[in-house]
Amino acid sequence: MRGESEVLAVQRLSVSLSGRRILDEVDFALHGGEFCGLIGANGSGKTTLLRTILGFVTPTSGRVVIDGGHRLAQIGYVPQKIVLDPAIPMRTRDLVGLGLDGHRLGLPLARRARRRLVDAMLEAVGATSFAEQRVGELSGGEQQRALIAHALIRRPRLLLLDEPLANLDIKSIATTVSLLRRLALEYRMTVLLSTHDMNPLLPAMDRIVYLANGRAATGRTEDVVRGEVLSRLFGEHVDVIRVHGRILVIAAGAGNGASADLERHPDHVVQVP
Amino acid sequence: MFASFLVNTWIVATIVAAAAGVVGFFVVLRGNSFAAHALPLGTFPGAAAASLLGINPLFGLLTFSGLGVIGISQLGKAGRPEIATALSLVVLLGLGALFLSMSNEYSQATYALLFGEVLGVSSLEIVPVAVVSAVSLALTALLFRPLLLNAVSPELAEARSVPAGRTDILFLGILALTTSAAVPVVGVLLVFSLTIGPPSAARALTNRPVRAMLLSACLSLLTVWASIALALRLGWPVGFFVGGLGALAYGLGRIRMECVRSRRCRARSG
Repeated sequence: MRGESEVLAVQRLSVSLSGRRILDEVDFALHGGEFCGLIGANGSGKTTLLRTILGFVTPTSGRVVIDGGHRLAQIGYVPQKIVLDPAIPMRTRDLVGLGLDGHRLGLPLARRARRRLVDAMLEAVGATSFAEQRVGELSGGEQQRALIAHALIRRPRLLLLDEPLANLDIKSIATTVSLLRRLALEYRMTVLLSTHDMNPLLPAMDRIVYLANGRAATGRTEDVVRGEVLSRLFGEHVDVIRVHGRILVIAAGAGNGASADLERHPDHVVQVP
Repeated sequence: MFASFLVNTWIVATIVAAAAGVVGFFVVLRGNSFAAHALPLGTFPGAAAASLLGINPLFGLLTFSGLGVIGISQLGKAGRPEIATALSLVVLLGLGALFLSMSNEYSQATYALLFGEVLGVSSLEIVPVAVVSAVSLALTALLFRPLLLNAVSPELAEARSVPAGRTDILFLGILALTTSAAVPVVGVLLVFSLTIGPPSAARALTNRPVRAMLLSACLSLLTVWASIALALRLGWPVGFFVGGLGALAYGLGRIRMECVRSRRCRARSG
C-alpha cells in the first residue's frame, strides 16, 4: 500500500473527558486502501478515538488531519450498538438513501438517478434480498450490512466502524469482515474498525492500532503484535503465541494487581497467574 | 351540519388536523409523546392570560408554548428530558391557576379551552390559525430528511452533519406552533390524542416514511371530520370523539402490526 496518499493523520492526540485522560499522545497515519484494526479492551478509548476523528470530541492537544477538506464529507461512520426501532416505517433502501441525502432539506423525491445509486449500493453489500423490508425487523448481521451501505453510499475515503462485530454470530462476523475487505479494495477506501478481539480481523487487517492505558502501539500487524512491543504498552510482561492461525496474548501477571489488569485486557489476552 | 355559520369550523378543523397528523408522525417516531402532552397543557395559561388582557388567545398560546420549549430544552440539557418536561409543565400550570382565578368568565372559557370549541369560529380567527398551521406543516416537510435520520439514530445524523441538539429544539418549536393552533379547536386535553393516535396507526400500515406521514395526516383528517359530524349530530363534545377515535386508530394499527408480524413468523418457520 505504500505510495498511496495519506488519508488520515492522527498527530500526538490527547483527549481528556471530565478530567480523566482517555488518550495520551496517540500518533498514527493511514493511507488509501489500508485496512486497520483498532484493538483494545472495553474502556480503552476506542470509541473516544473514533469520535475525535469525526470531530464530535475536541482533543486536549494534538490534532486530526483528514485529507481533502471537509471532515464529514470524507468519512463514513457506523456507530456502536445502534438499536433500530422495529416500529419505524422505514425500509432498508430508505435508510441507505438517507446516507446519500439525509442532511438535505425537503422531501426525498423518487428520482431515477437516486434509485440507481441506492440499488447499486444495496447490491454491493448483498442487501438486495431485504431491500424492501423494515430495517428494525432485520437480523443483526443484516442491519450491519444496511448500516455499512448507509455509510458508504457517498463513497467516503475513510470508513470508521465502532465494534461492528459485537453481537454478531460467528458466521456473520466472517462475512462482515470479508465484505469490508472487498469493499476497501473495490473503492480504494481506508477502513478503521474497532474491536476487542483482533482474531476475526487477522485475514483482512494490514495495519493495527493497539490501545491500552490510553497509549497506542501502531504499525503493521506483524510489527505490533509481538511480545516486547505489547509488554511495553501494557507495562507488564506478555507473550504472543500463534496457534492454528489465531493469536493469543498471554499476560504473566507481573504481580501488581493482576485481577485489576485483567479487566483492561482485550478478549484475546489470557491471564496466567 | 353544513350551515354557513359552520363553514369556518370545517376549514379550521381541516387545517389543524392536517398539521397535527404530519407533525405527530415525528412525535411518535422520536418518542416525544410526553412533550406533545405537556406543551398544549402548558399553553393553557397563555389563553387565560390573553382573555384577561382581551387579546387574541392565539398570541397567548404561542407565547406560553414558546416558554414551554425554552424550559424543556434548557432544563433538558442536563440529560433527563422527561423531568425537564414535567417541571416546565408544572410551572406553567401554576401560572394557569393564577390567571384563571383572576378571570371572571371562569367555567365557560375554561371548558372551551380544555375540550375545544368548534362552533362559532369567526373568520377573523381563521387567518392566524391557518398561518401558524401552514408554517408548521412547511417546516416539517422542509426538515423531513434530517428529522427522519435523527429519529433513526442521533449519532448517524451527526455523522451526516445534522446536529442533534439543534434538531431537538427545532422540532419542539414546530410542535409548539402546531399545538398552539390546534388548542382553540380541539382543546388542550385532546390535541395530544391527534398527534399520537393517527401517526401510530399510520406507521403500522406502511413501511415507507413519506407514505406513513401522509397517511397519518389523512387519518387525522378523518378523525376530526368524523368527530365534528358526530358532535353536531349527537350534541356531545367534539373532544370525546377525537379522543375515542384517536385511541381506536391506534388500536387498529396495533392489531394490524401484530397480524403482519405473526404472518411473517409463520412464513419463516413454515
